[in-house]
Amino acid sequence: MHTQHRRWVAWALAGALGVSSGTAFAQGAVAPEYRWLTFAVFSAIIGLTMYVTYLAAKRVKTASDFYTAGGGVTGLQNGWAIAGDYLSAASFLGIAGLISQYGYDGFMYSVGWLVAYITVLLVIAEPCRNIGRYTLSDILAYRNDPKAMRIVGALSVITVSTFYLTAQMVGGGVLVKTLIGIDYEVSVIAVGVLMLAYVLFGGMVATTWVQIIKAILLVIASLVLVMLVWLPYGFSLPAFLQDVVGDPKVQARVASLLGDPARNMSAIELGQRFLEPGLYFKSPIDQVSLGMALVFGTAGLPHILMRFFTVPTAQQARKSVVWAMAIIGGFYVLTLFLGFGAAKHVGPAAIAAVDAGGNMAGPLLAQFLGGGPNSFLGNFMLAFVSAVAFATIVAVVAGLVLAAASAIAHDLYVGVYHGGDTVAPQQQVRAARIATVVVGALAITIGIAAKGQNVAHLVALAFAVAASANFPCVLLTLYWKRCNTGGIVAGMVVGTVLAVGLTLVSPNVTYPKAVKAAAQKVLDGEAAKRTAIDAALASVDATVAGQAKLDLAMLDKAVQKARDDLVKFEGRETSLLGLEKPLFQLKNPGIISIPLGFLAVLLGSLLFRDKRSETLWPEVYARQNTGILASKAASH
Amino acid sequence: MATGPTIDWDAVIADPRFQALHRRKQTFLTGLMIFSVAFYFLLPIGAAYFQDLFKVKVWGVINFGLLFALTQFIVAWGIAFFYSHRANRDFDRMAREIAADYEKKVS
Repeated sequence: MHTQHRRWVAWALAGALGVSSGTAFAQGAVAPEYRWLTFAVFSAIIGLTMYVTYLAAKRVKTASDFYTAGGGVTGLQNGWAIAGDYLSAASFLGIAGLISQYGYDGFMYSVGWLVAYITVLLVIAEPCRNIGRYTLSDILAYRNDPKAMRIVGALSVITVSTFYLTAQMVGGGVLVKTLIGIDYEVSVIAVGVLMLAYVLFGGMVATTWVQIIKAILLVIASLVLVMLVWLPYGFSLPAFLQDVVGDPKVQARVASLLGDPARNMSAIELGQRFLEPGLYFKSPIDQVSLGMALVFGTAGLPHILMRFFTVPTAQQARKSVVWAMAIIGGFYVLTLFLGFGAAKHVGPAAIAAVDAGGNMAGPLLAQFLGGGPNSFLGNFMLAFVSAVAFATIVAVVAGLVLAAASAIAHDLYVGVYHGGDTVAPQQQVRAARIATVVVGALAITIGIAAKGQNVAHLVALAFAVAASANFPCVLLTLYWKRCNTGGIVAGMVVGTVLAVGLTLVSPNVTYPKAVKAAAQKVLDGEAAKRTAIDAALASVDATVAGQAKLDLAMLDKAVQKARDDLVKFEGRETSLLGLEKPLFQLKNPGIISIPLGFLAVLLGSLLFRDKRSETLWPEVYARQNTGILASKAASH
Repeated sequence: MATGPTIDWDAVIADPRFQALHRRKQTFLTGLMIFSVAFYFLLPIGAAYFQDLFKVKVWGVINFGLLFALTQFIVAWGIAFFYSHRANRDFDRMAREIAADYEKKVS
């Protein structure tokens, strides 16, 4: 068995390296003559994680090893692993990018991602460790009807993980393509194959270590960049920000974001505006709704919950959240410097030119700080940051696939199909591995199929489902005496259906009729605008003429886009669900779906009676509070 | 899951020591949870409805809004340390006593 594992790990390593080095390249951020450097750094990181997987594979013998590393992870290790599991490319690259493009609002956005862990720490982590075993459904099934719980629990886990996974696979493919120019499909396959190698052979042991390594690399990379950015100012925050707001590139960005009102503002006022709220978030209710999804959803994310089953005691679970909060929060504070540093040194427009979402802010800043696109050090730093970004995606995807595979193998196959623990240990591990391959293959397929789709809102949707369905169910089964099977089934169904349904009729979806109407309006107004701009161009006032030139470029762009839209949506009038305009006006459903998810659990529990839920309440309540027999539960 | 040694769970939750632990934890956790959520939502609400306050310059170009966002990090860490300090000192000891007592009875 072991030699077989070794051979497989070697094959997977060779395959992943071959895939990532033997293909035709498109244009990436790294110059061709330095591409070898990128592959050297990538190979070093892949080699290290593969070696760890090889060591881990020897230790994975039982289902408990595969799902929870045998419960033998320490609080400190788990804290780093949670950070590695949680800090996806969206936070690493996305938030630095948002700050570089929109200033204050980007930083404000990062706060919710940390505050989320207070909920995890105070009400979820320790009770879950005390009564849980491998999956979210284990917690729900403790006092409620096991079969029903495993079915609704597994469906919700698979839903949340699929949304999250799709966003990661598509984001990862685009990212690797932009950074080093590998084809999109090849990038997606490389991420998928590597992740499969970690999870399949090393289970939770390897996944944990890959996440720890990735988190450490991420923190090192960010610390180095922040040192280089901040050092010239003697580590003074006001001096650094003074320079950011005084930068003409930043002022020009604010002017273009504000449009007409910017004409009456001085350069200094424009720069200062970058540190003030409102450049990105326009709807306060939407933002509160998003905040609710983050703050309550994190505690319901299956791949995060699963991490608490890897530590031996509630004390270690607590310690891991405190460490995770220190690392995650510290990282977001560093992001403030990465984002503002990139805005000042690289410039918001130059960043957006490489990637419209601003995701390249961190990597381009690294290249600049190392000496620019034509220097060895600059390209080395870009390669290092790119490799960290790649490791980031693989580590997050590994955690997600493990969570989804455990729901299929442990909940559906062992729990529902075989009706409990009668399945032999060997067979349980085999089921887990088969489920992993299935989920991994699906992730790659979805990643390739969703090429070119806008998947940015899928991460927010995953949080919304977790907050509206998983969180109320887990919280109330742990803390509310009268909660029962009926309540959990109602909560899971209502929470999931509402979060997904409201998103499907929200402004996130494309409405061809509205798009075409807007495009037509642009084209109708084109002639009048051109006349006005032509008049301004002829003006003797240099500033007026200069502004007119910019206006002309913007008008040309808008007209081109309007024409493209008209062609793209020709013959289509309605959205995916046959709507002409959004029924629900918010982009984030949380503010509606979370309270209704709670209400569904309450009503379902009151309308339905379940003797088992009542009888087992004293046991659940005593165990979640005291950890009686927790060590014994973890050992079998 | 309901296999293994049997413990009289009704007796555990009726135990005065358990009741005391339960009461102290509940008060402490509810208060802290409400405070942390309320404090967090002051940020997006303030950024939307109290823009004039958020724009007030406090330290060089640094305005109130930026300092308030940074304060969110300090407060989140503070809550984490406050809770784990209290749990390590009180709750763990109380829980361990109860657990040891009842686990002894079944083994």
